[in-house]
Amino acid sequence: MKLYSKAILMVLAMGLAACTNPGRFGAGGAGGADGSGFNSANLGGANDPSSPAYFQQTIGDRVLFAVDQSTLSPEATQILTQQARWLSNNTEFTALIEGHADEQGTREYNLALGARRANSVMEYLVSQGVSPSRLKTITYGKERPLAICSDEACYSQNRRAVTVIAAGGLS
Amino acid sequence: MRLIKALTLAVLCCGAAQTTVAQERSGPLRIEITEGVIEPLPFAVPTFIAENPAAQEYAQSIAQVIAADLAGTGLFREIPRDAFISTITSFDSTIQYSDWKAINAQAVVTGAVSAAGDGRITVKFRVFDVFAEAQLGDGLQFGGSAGSWRRMAHKVADAVYSRITGEGGYFDSRVVFVSESGPKDNRLKRLAVMDYDGANVQYLTDNSAIVLAPRFSPNGDRVLYTSYETGSPRVFVLDVGTVQRRALDVPTESMTFAPRFGPDGQKVLFSLTEGGNSDLYAMNVNGGGIQRLTSTPSIETAPDFSPDGSQIVFESDRSGTQQLYVMPASGGEPTRISFGQGRYGTPVWSPRGDLIAFTKQNNGRFHIGVMRTDGSEERLLTASFLDEGPTWAPNGRVIMFTRGTQGAGGEPALYSVDISGRNLRRVPTDGSASDPAWSPLLK
Repeated sequence: MKLYSKAILMVLAMGLAACTNPGRFGAGGAGGADGSGFNSANLGGANDPSSPAYFQQTIGDRVLFAVDQSTLSPEATQILTQQARWLSNNTEFTALIEGHADEQGTREYNLALGARRANSVMEYLVSQGVSPSRLKTITYGKERPLAICSDEACYSQNRRAVTVIAAGGLS
Repeated sequence: MRLIKALTLAVLCCGAAQTTVAQERSGPLRIEITEGVIEPLPFAVPTFIAENPAAQEYAQSIAQVIAADLAGTGLFREIPRDAFISTITSFDSTIQYSDWKAINAQAVVTGAVSAAGDGRITVKFRVFDVFAEAQLGDGLQFGGSAGSWRRMAHKVADAVYSRITGEGGYFDSRVVFVSESGPKDNRLKRLAVMDYDGANVQYLTDNSAIVLAPRFSPNGDRVLYTSYETGSPRVFVLDVGTVQRRALDVPTESMTFAPRFGPDGQKVLFSLTEGGNSDLYAMNVNGGGIQRLTSTPSIETAPDFSPDGSQIVFESDRSGTQQLYVMPASGGEPTRISFGQGRYGTPVWSPRGDLIAFTKQNNGRFHIGVMRTDGSEERLLTASFLDEGPTWAPNGRVIMFTRGTQGAGGEPALYSVDISGRNLRRVPTDGSASDPAWSPLLK
């Protein structure tokens, strides 16, 4: 029985690794591939506190920022505290933190701003006990907006840092 | 009666000539590029003479490219062919000045093309100052492969432009840029290079990785750019001739971006991010010699060398908002040069050394502007929803930049503008485009 459930866990971890690809924008191309043959809703769906789906949907995998800022709001801090707790309870996962900016800025400055935002999140997670060796940051500047209208309703969604978790080591 | 008429004619004739001379600039045919409103100078480029049948296909095309170059500056107005009274039948004879005066052509460019059997062509030209009734400068001849006929046309246009404006030319040049496609939330980007007028596009990468903000080496043989092909932003060098590329050998996993060549073509200036903080570094393009130039907790990026390599202009938010600073190329205390209302970024130093162009954001609008290298005499040349990333033409008199439109269907395109703020025009590209960088004048 023990061997059997271990095998299931291993296979599940591999499947989840495919689902939560840290390079999900590829090397810049279209969104991440889901090569998993598993239905993650059955095993470890959003109701399973140890699942990535729970992390993404129940805890929340992103925090938002004010214009030109990288400081964490109280709401952001709450979300990140829970992210840190989840990571501490699920040590087989690592995280790539993406920093993003809205289009109201020049290209290279926005790369730097995205990097600052990702780092703000990383530093907070570390301060909450997550080992820095499990965390990595990347900036996308304004290159990967979520919402594409040109007003604040969209801009505010784009000024974000997203914590993308993956099973196993960081690539 | 006849005598009086004859006398009148003679007087008129001389009077007219004097009036014309009085209307003339105090010297040869000349346009002074000033900030004032000027009337474009009417000119004509009759079809070049084909000295042998094989040259026929080039004779008309070359003349057309020359005319488009000159008219595209906004300083010259082309007189259409159907208005011509006389035709050019021989390159060696002088033109019938009265025929050109009659249609108000002030400058006429004549030329001839011959095609040798070995795939080479020769292009020669002369420029005439119609109202002075004299050739302007010497005739010149260019030779090269038939495939480079557009370059020869651009070289002729550069020579004509230089003689009449006193400025260096810029038509025989290339622009490297990012060709974009796809929806705004999933843009595909690839590096491309083209003639300054949009012809001869060549793609340098495929669109499998985000590529950003390329810059030419001082002789145009290599391009530095930021690429996500390794998964995270890193500086890459690409050889334009072979299209071979490699990552800049920075011994770190840190993100690197915003690379620029120094005037020696060996030094690379770039931003490196550690602990969320971006600072400026320099190193040798072939590896080694890494030097940290700034060490502040603020963002330092988008640098550019002065043409003599002694100084660096860059953007920093050390004062609280994005502003422009100048420091010695070896690092050291920067001096702030931007002081107006709003945020300043993407500074680029004119090849003439006299001006710095930049992007300015204020009250929700973007502008391309220029200022003196000490920050004085700031002038805004454009205004729109999103203008950014200026690049200088080789003669320091024209700027190209990216203009983005707003909304979900917003698309970026390349535009050029004179440093007087006049002659804003779209640069033709196949689809959307961004991040242009202008090469030096080609040899």
